[in-house]
Amino acid sequence: MGFSFQRFRAATIARSIEFLRDRSALAWNLMFPVLMVVGFAAIFSGPGQPVFKVAVVASAEPTTEMHPFFGTPHVQFYREPELEAAKRKVARHRVDLLLDFSGDKPRYWTNPESPKGELVEKLLLGSGGVAPEKQQATGKPIRYVDWAVPGILGVNLMFSCLWGVGYVIVRYRKSGHLKRLNATPLRALEFVSAQIVSRLALVMTTTTMMFVGCNLFMHFPMEGSYIDLFILTLIGSLSLTSMGLLVAARVGSEEISGGLLNVISSPMMILSGAFFSLDGSPRWVQGLAEIFPLTHMLAAARSIMLDGTRLIDLGYPLLILVGTTVVCMSFGSLLFKWTQD
Amino acid sequence: MPVLLEARDLVKHYPKVKAVDGVSFDVAQGICFGLLGPNGAGKSTTIEMLEGLSKPTGGQVMFRGAPLGADYRDHIGIQFQTTALQDFLTVRENLTFFGALYPARRSMDEIIERCNLGDFLDRDTRKLSGGQRQRALLGIALINDPELLFLDEPTTGLDPQARRNFWELIGDIKRAGKTLLLTTHYMEEAYALCDEIGIMDHGHLIARGTPKALLAQHFDEKVLELPSSLLAGREWSFPVHHSEAGAEIRTRSVNSVLSELLGAGVDLTQLHQRPPSLDDLFLELTGKDERS
Repeated sequence: MGFSFQRFRAATIARSIEFLRDRSALAWNLMFPVLMVVGFAAIFSGPGQPVFKVAVVASAEPTTEMHPFFGTPHVQFYREPELEAAKRKVARHRVDLLLDFSGDKPRYWTNPESPKGELVEKLLLGSGGVAPEKQQATGKPIRYVDWAVPGILGVNLMFSCLWGVGYVIVRYRKSGHLKRLNATPLRALEFVSAQIVSRLALVMTTTTMMFVGCNLFMHFPMEGSYIDLFILTLIGSLSLTSMGLLVAARVGSEEISGGLLNVISSPMMILSGAFFSLDGSPRWVQGLAEIFPLTHMLAAARSIMLDGTRLIDLGYPLLILVGTTVVCMSFGSLLFKWTQD
Repeated sequence: MPVLLEARDLVKHYPKVKAVDGVSFDVAQGICFGLLGPNGAGKSTTIEMLEGLSKPTGGQVMFRGAPLGADYRDHIGIQFQTTALQDFLTVRENLTFFGALYPARRSMDEIIERCNLGDFLDRDTRKLSGGQRQRALLGIALINDPELLFLDEPTTGLDPQARRNFWELIGDIKRAGKTLLLTTHYMEEAYALCDEIGIMDHGHLIARGTPKALLAQHFDEKVLELPSSLLAGREWSFPVHHSEAGAEIRTRSVNSVLSELLGAGVDLTQLHQRPPSLDDLFLELTGKDERS
């Protein structure tokens, strides 16, 4: 008995109707990113955070002997190996200020759109010592919200993909709905595919609506192709949905699946660079972030939106996303169980 | 009548339990077969193997003389005792959804009429009463026009009126020539609906036959019923079984029992005589009250 498109279509439609009629779930999926965007825009348009991040290009660790500014409290200093990469981070709000001590005369860069950059510049100039030379930031500076919006939409998408499949399948299993479906000719692959396709369709629709809606008010920069961004988001969503499927493959309890999904989603939300850059954080933290598909999806999305990178040039993140999908989908389908026993 | 379904020496072992241990029986086409047994007897495990949802550890299930094939589920319908439907979908949408899962299906109008679904066809399945829900589930089980219909305790939790209505539906299905395999906790239901019954205990099939034949085989006695208070505290020459319902006397010699009761001055105006029931048979064979 082969794959039946009729059965797959029926299961996809049934799941989609269920989601669309579940008003609380639908409202949460639409409201969450709006609240996040508004919240972050409000927070980071204001006086900023008390801690600043300063990248330093220098041959040695920055010390107060090098410059008294390095003794300023509440400022995190870390070394950057490449000046050009560091300049891009200033433009992308990943660091508040860049200091270059590699040449004869110290220089610094800030993003004129960054309120934190403006404050930390004052701290630098008021710290005494040799006044570094201010440099013009190259390229179009972006606002924090331009950098943060892909992260906010990405986190919303991650929750929707993981929980919309991972939690729902476990609920179906616990309630006996999967047992009922197993008594029909519906095959596991058809059912699983239907759940994934239904979720992808809904997630892509709501994310596109949110993106367009936010863009109307905030006017994000878009240096690359919208089609590339859409395809990337689709592949990223597929990888996250597959992770949800793997979690749901055998678990029979909503409590356990909820715990597992939290174990996956919480570190991914914090460490994927959705809201804050991990530059300057310990190496192991940055290494841990590399295992999450959301990290690669967000980096690639920002690269398309802010740098104009083409999808064809994003081989590594795409490889990670497709690899995650293949591994999780394969194991999820193999391990899938219809009943709780 | 030809055999439609056959259990051949079915065995199911779990790590610490031998749930089913060598069960064999067959179900002829067009009959209603009732599988009865106390909780833990192995009947649910047996049914799951017959439905093709659980693989036997040993033995085989045959459908129309052949082992279960990939298309077996096209030919059967199942109404589980506890199951959930897709949330937020109406009865009509659930019927459409399940219908689309089968290569061939009955017309929606026929299902609606047969199962009396018209009054709540466009209602969210979460908002149905117990009886309506069971009728909707029966409609879904019939959507593919199955040759064999499994009904797993279909009237549990229904009020007496809803249960009677459901029996009528099942009677219609029987008359349409379908083969049914029913499990139930209600002996009255098994007696009313089943052409043949099998009683399981401890993973074995301990009796099988038509209800009348089994009763005749195991009982040649009459049952006399009286309020317990009339017989309590006295010595009798015959055994008396006391229960919440009253006192029961099983005897082949009704006249001698009545003489002894009259001689002892017992008021016989509340005396009832009845033939043995499936409840009695169940108690006799398993030593357990099915309803307990």
